[in-house]
Amino acid sequence: MAEVITHETEHHHYEPGHEKTLGAKIARWVFTTNHKDIGTLYLWLSFLMFFVAGGMALLIRTELFMPGARFISPEFFNQMTTMHGLIMVFGVVMPALTGLANWQIPLMIGAPDMALPRLNNWSFWLLPFAFLLLISTFFIEGPAPNFGWTFYAPLSTQYGPPSTDFMIFAIHLMGLSSIMGAINIIATIINMRAPGMSYMKMPVFAWSWFITAFLLLGIMPVLAGCVTMMLTDRHFGTSFFNAAGGGDPLLFQHLFWFFGHPEVYVLILPAFGIISEILPTFSRKKIFGYRFMVYAIVVIAVLSYVVWAHHMFTTGIPLASELFFMYATMIIAVPTGVKVFNWTATMFKGSLSFETPMLFAIGFLFMFTFGGFSGLMLAIVPADVQYQDSYFVVAHFHYVLMSGSVYAIMAAIYYWLPKWCGYMYCEKLGKWHFWLTTLGMNITFFVMHFLGLAGMPRRIPDYPLQFEDFNRIATIGAFILGFSQLIFLYNVIKTIRGKNRVKASAEVWEGHHGLEWTVASPAPYHTFSTPPKID
Amino acid sequence: MRLISYWRWFVSVLLLAITPYALAHGESKFNLPKGVTPISHDIYDLHMTIFWICVGIGVIVFGVMIYTLIYHRKSRGVKPAQFHEHTLVEIVWAVIPLLILVAMAIPATLVLIRMNDTTEADINIKVTGYQWKWQYEYLDHGISYFSNLSTPRDELENRKPTKGQWYLLEVDKPLVVPIHKKIRFLVTANDVVHSWWVPSLGIKRDAIPGFIYEAWARIEKPGTYRGQCAELCGVNHGFMPIVVKAVTEEEYNKWIAEQTQQKTAAAQLSTKSLTKDELMTLGKKVHDTNCAVCHKVDGSGMPPAFPAITGSHIATGPIAKHIDIVLNGKLGTAMQAFGSQLSDADIAAVVTYQRNALGNSKGDMVNTQEIKAARVKEKN
Repeated sequence: MAEVITHETEHHHYEPGHEKTLGAKIARWVFTTNHKDIGTLYLWLSFLMFFVAGGMALLIRTELFMPGARFISPEFFNQMTTMHGLIMVFGVVMPALTGLANWQIPLMIGAPDMALPRLNNWSFWLLPFAFLLLISTFFIEGPAPNFGWTFYAPLSTQYGPPSTDFMIFAIHLMGLSSIMGAINIIATIINMRAPGMSYMKMPVFAWSWFITAFLLLGIMPVLAGCVTMMLTDRHFGTSFFNAAGGGDPLLFQHLFWFFGHPEVYVLILPAFGIISEILPTFSRKKIFGYRFMVYAIVVIAVLSYVVWAHHMFTTGIPLASELFFMYATMIIAVPTGVKVFNWTATMFKGSLSFETPMLFAIGFLFMFTFGGFSGLMLAIVPADVQYQDSYFVVAHFHYVLMSGSVYAIMAAIYYWLPKWCGYMYCEKLGKWHFWLTTLGMNITFFVMHFLGLAGMPRRIPDYPLQFEDFNRIATIGAFILGFSQLIFLYNVIKTIRGKNRVKASAEVWEGHHGLEWTVASPAPYHTFSTPPKID
Repeated sequence: MRLISYWRWFVSVLLLAITPYALAHGESKFNLPKGVTPISHDIYDLHMTIFWICVGIGVIVFGVMIYTLIYHRKSRGVKPAQFHEHTLVEIVWAVIPLLILVAMAIPATLVLIRMNDTTEADINIKVTGYQWKWQYEYLDHGISYFSNLSTPRDELENRKPTKGQWYLLEVDKPLVVPIHKKIRFLVTANDVVHSWWVPSLGIKRDAIPGFIYEAWARIEKPGTYRGQCAELCGVNHGFMPIVVKAVTEEEYNKWIAEQTQQKTAAAQLSTKSLTKDELMTLGKKVHDTNCAVCHKVDGSGMPPAFPAITGSHIATGPIAKHIDIVLNGKLGTAMQAFGSQLSDADIAAVVTYQRNALGNSKGDMVNTQEIKAARVKEKN
């Protein structure tokens, strides 16, 4: 007890920004246990990684501009596709969503901080080291991981380069960070809600992260087990994934996708939460069907555990399994549809205005739904036999991840940035950013549907002549998409520095709703030291 | 109205970009091929059904969204409505999609059951994926061969101004099959996971090392059908195409007879001694098809993963070691064991070639009998 009290008094009067030496300034960020600081760290890490992995995507697209060996070797091409995928999933979308959770969940449920602040610090600080380890593989002898972000055995075990072990440890660190982050979010939501805020009064964003955290707890240990089995196969004579020793390469795919499928819902459920916050604000109308929105998230999360083998329809799994996984996958369309319909009903007869967060949310609504349609097509097993591992799949998951998760994250940043730093972002630049991104996004990925249907496999560094024109279009789109993110970076930095000179009010938005808009802008370092009362 | 003008601009740019291609190349550039097997037709029909269902739902959902975006905007002075709940509506828009899905699941299930029925096959062909080529074994006739990419290096590395029509989709020896017969494919792999994909046959079957999975086709039309490996299998994943030549039954039988004859001739070749010139000529052929993917045509390799043969301690050291690495590969590296893939004559030739060409001039040679002896010694 005494210890807890000392801890309280020690930190109670601490306010950042008065550090005199560089050491003190660095120490503030290294030792911080403040949810806002940690949220900021997560978001900057994600932003940095976004440009790293985006640069890799541009290298890939440059090579694919014309047929023939042109720009990067097939070996380096494979390293690029692998790292682009791994970093975008683990280094961009997950940290960004965790950063948003850190900033917003305490503010939205009226808590003074996360329930486990020191654990929070550690969850974040594992990540930069994990990514250093992963990226260091470019600088050691032998190739960097080159077997795709799905690192299928035995290509990654018996045939993997030495750097694979670095990737395995990096994934262990990321998994550890995610598990601790998830525990923290669950503990915060269960214990720290303001008096009167019952579960069914919680904002949908908090709900979506609450469910996501349970998903993470379920899947991250499986991934950790899977990469550990890889490690022992590589170095300690086991044969989990080696048929010659009595193992089965398919076991790897089952384990990986048992993690991998719920993982894509980890990437999208918090995005659902964000959209459910933003649409009501700019429609000036309450969210339609709150209860059903929450139920739909729960149903999607539960179903996501029993659909993993739809990534394996061409492997030769038995007919009965194919049927089961096809039906289960198709059923996911029902709760997802409910969400899309409710969002539409939220906007219907509202009073809409189109600030940048709303534009991104509407972009999400259209393009995520579009990606959902191709997802429905992919669920039909016989048709999936043609789509599987083709550019059709690449188009599908970029529509749901880029114009799904990433759009939602961008919407969230524009939406909450004035609350975080106290200044309005530049609306004009925000609109340019949205329209150029949407243009680039659709030019890049829309034509990939055609490429896939016409028979272009994914992950090839060179292609037959019939695929040339669409690949050129996609490359041009990718450069528009990539370079328009610089507008975003510029806008964010300009806003944080207060160069726009437009101070944000506490409410920021006309149609605001929720506790985060009851505290001042910028949000003080310590908020809700006395819990607010909810009626 | 600004939003609308943006959209109109965006859509017209997209259409402008795509239309010329649509006119120049016809619909196949935009859609699945209908294919030449009953299963591929079924797949095509399912694909179009689910596509039109998606278009239908899309028109309704996007229609409502766009209507809202146009008519319910603040700038039009709209006051927001107050409704935010309706249980019946929620149930309706959960149940209707469910019914559509059930309607879709029925035909999909029927096709899937047909796809899985590999019984009563007329011909059995084993397909084995290797890094980075395919092996075809006609189990009923004892014929077996490898099928390698045949696109010239000059085209791959842009030393030729134009590329051939079937760039990256051509092989030295295609798979030859008869039409109107039920062909059962037994698909497996020798090293890593590959995937045997021929869109026109409606087949994509992953090739998994250590396990055999099946697929089948009954081809309706003679012709040449092309595909590619669909599962990332290493550095030359994009360079192991599949070419299937479907011919009439007569032509097929003739082809089988020819192959059987060639097999006998090849077996004879491996029993007799070859001259150094014969070895060098054959050796260059074997090197260029089997070794050059990693070690390059000129033997310079791609270090550090794929070492050079020129001046290497293997190709300039004791010959027994050179034979051993070709026969058995090197564990823990990409170097495969070619013993099961190449004949005695091939191995003798390629070893001789690598020691006396590619910048090496060791002067020694090895002949077929010695390879045979090396194999026997190893068995004991």
